[in-house]
Amino acid sequence: MARWALGLGEQAMTVMKREMFPLQTSSDIVLARQKVRQWALELRFSLVDQTKLVTAASELARNTLDYGHGGEMTMEIVNGTAKSGLKLTFTDRGPGIPDIEAALKDGFTTGAGMGLGLGGSKRLVNEFSIESEAGKGTKITVVRWK
Amino acid sequence: MSKLGEIISRNEESIRTDWMKNMTSAIQRTDLMSKTEMQEQSAALLKAIARSASASQSLDISSADWTSVRELLQDMSGSRARQGFSPSETASFVLSLKHPLFTTVRSEMAGNMNEMFDTIWSATELLDRLSLITSEAYMVTREELISRQQQELLELSTPVVKLWDGILALPIIGTLDSSRTQVVMEELLQTVVATNSKFAIIDITGVPTVDTLVAQHLLKTITAARLMGAECIISGVRPQIAQTIVHLGINLEDVITKAKLSDAFALALQKSGRAVVRVGNASGATGSPLPGFAKEG
Amino acid sequence: MERIPILRMGPFLLITIQVDMHDKLALQLQDDVTQRISEWGSYGVLIDISSLEIVDSFIGRMLANIAAMSRVLGAETVVVGMQPAVAITLVELGMSLPGVRTALNVESGMELLYGTLGVRPWGTGNDGNEA
Repeated sequence: MARWALGLGEQAMTVMKREMFPLQTSSDIVLARQKVRQWALELRFSLVDQTKLVTAASELARNTLDYGHGGEMTMEIVNGTAKSGLKLTFTDRGPGIPDIEAALKDGFTTGAGMGLGLGGSKRLVNEFSIESEAGKGTKITVVRWK
Repeated sequence: MSKLGEIISRNEESIRTDWMKNMTSAIQRTDLMSKTEMQEQSAALLKAIARSASASQSLDISSADWTSVRELLQDMSGSRARQGFSPSETASFVLSLKHPLFTTVRSEMAGNMNEMFDTIWSATELLDRLSLITSEAYMVTREELISRQQQELLELSTPVVKLWDGILALPIIGTLDSSRTQVVMEELLQTVVATNSKFAIIDITGVPTVDTLVAQHLLKTITAARLMGAECIISGVRPQIAQTIVHLGINLEDVITKAKLSDAFALALQKSGRAVVRVGNASGATGSPLPGFAKEG
Repeated sequence: MERIPILRMGPFLLITIQVDMHDKLALQLQDDVTQRISEWGSYGVLIDISSLEIVDSFIGRMLANIAAMSRVLGAETVVVGMQPAVAITLVELGMSLPGVRTALNVESGMELLYGTLGVRPWGTGNDGNEA
């Protein structure tokens, strides 16, 4: 199983609140955006941080739908050491990502290219990790701290 | 521990008086804290230590028995840090309790050398650990103070200035790291919207070095501004910076750069369809010349 | 089905995007724009995104596509009113939308279009076509 993690790891996090949403249709992506925005507002993230988080969620939700053939997004408010944040986990049981390194490279700069948008999303969050196995599915976890 | 606790409780008054008497003026700092306040703090601390020592079986001050002492020390330390006490003054406050405490133990246990040694050892261990807490708490408070000051400095050091209708200037002084770039970008872009400015001149005369990272940060700002419909001009490029940029292979193809802020301003004026026109001579007078001189014409 | 309205403003089209678009809506818009340009012979397209709080890569690509398709049909596109937070995020995402012209607001967007096209805002007597 291919695993890639940036930042995520030894951080002990306590979960304060959790909710799960299905990602099966394109309206689910819109809903996911709205939900993330709502929770980000609750946590009083700055406007720019909110925008980054919601945009990352949109990218990853779309990936789950388009490449993962549907799945779910789990939202959690977490407390780390002396800080709080929002943790999003995107899971699917799709084909998996064969080459994670390649997927993380920026696939588009002109807007006309393809690419999974993972490299870009990575830059919008503080912590990012992918677990993927060919034929089994993918799990992407991101955290944005306040 | 309970033996020590008992001894302290029995002799609280005398220990405290002794403690205050022997506290050097350096530790007391009457310029920062009144004598009364100092006495109150000492009394409270001593009482808390006595209670915890009596209740506790061990010297593990991280345990629940010692919570009240820890919190008291953290509070005191924090406020002293804010008041301007030095770290050693704050730690010495706790350590200076040793002398009166040991003296009391000696007189109470005069007959039993072994017990006296054990109790004095516990006492010294305890006070050493407590003084470490004060040092740590002190540092945490100072760090909070410093980071708050840094934030204020950050906000002050990147003012966005309106040069003319629709033309902004952003003079950057100091190094550009990623967190500073965020602040700078946000401020610039918000001002662009608020003032409806199509041009922003980013002056980097005050930026000591431009490496690939700094260039990236600048490019991000420029790209973001462009996405919003504003154009950035970089000015204040020193000769060494120009050389570094070329050597590093930084691509500034789509960016207009000027050596001087005045050139950048002139360009912005021109691009926004304006010209600066001379009316009259330098003193503003447009009338007759000085006697003896012919009128220019 | 709901669609994003396209208004005709003389030689230009004005599209104001105010809703959080789902993918089908975005694709429909691309379709509609090309249709309208052909139908009305428009020379310019103004897309006002000042109400959009999120522009992800999909929407970004949509904007780039509209600009490219319109250009092929002889019309220039200007995207106006991008919010600062959105601009910062798009850059971080890696999208710079190089083929897309931008302006601060609809007014400057129109100025830009008139400037590029050399078309004057008041009637010149001909229908604007170069002979």
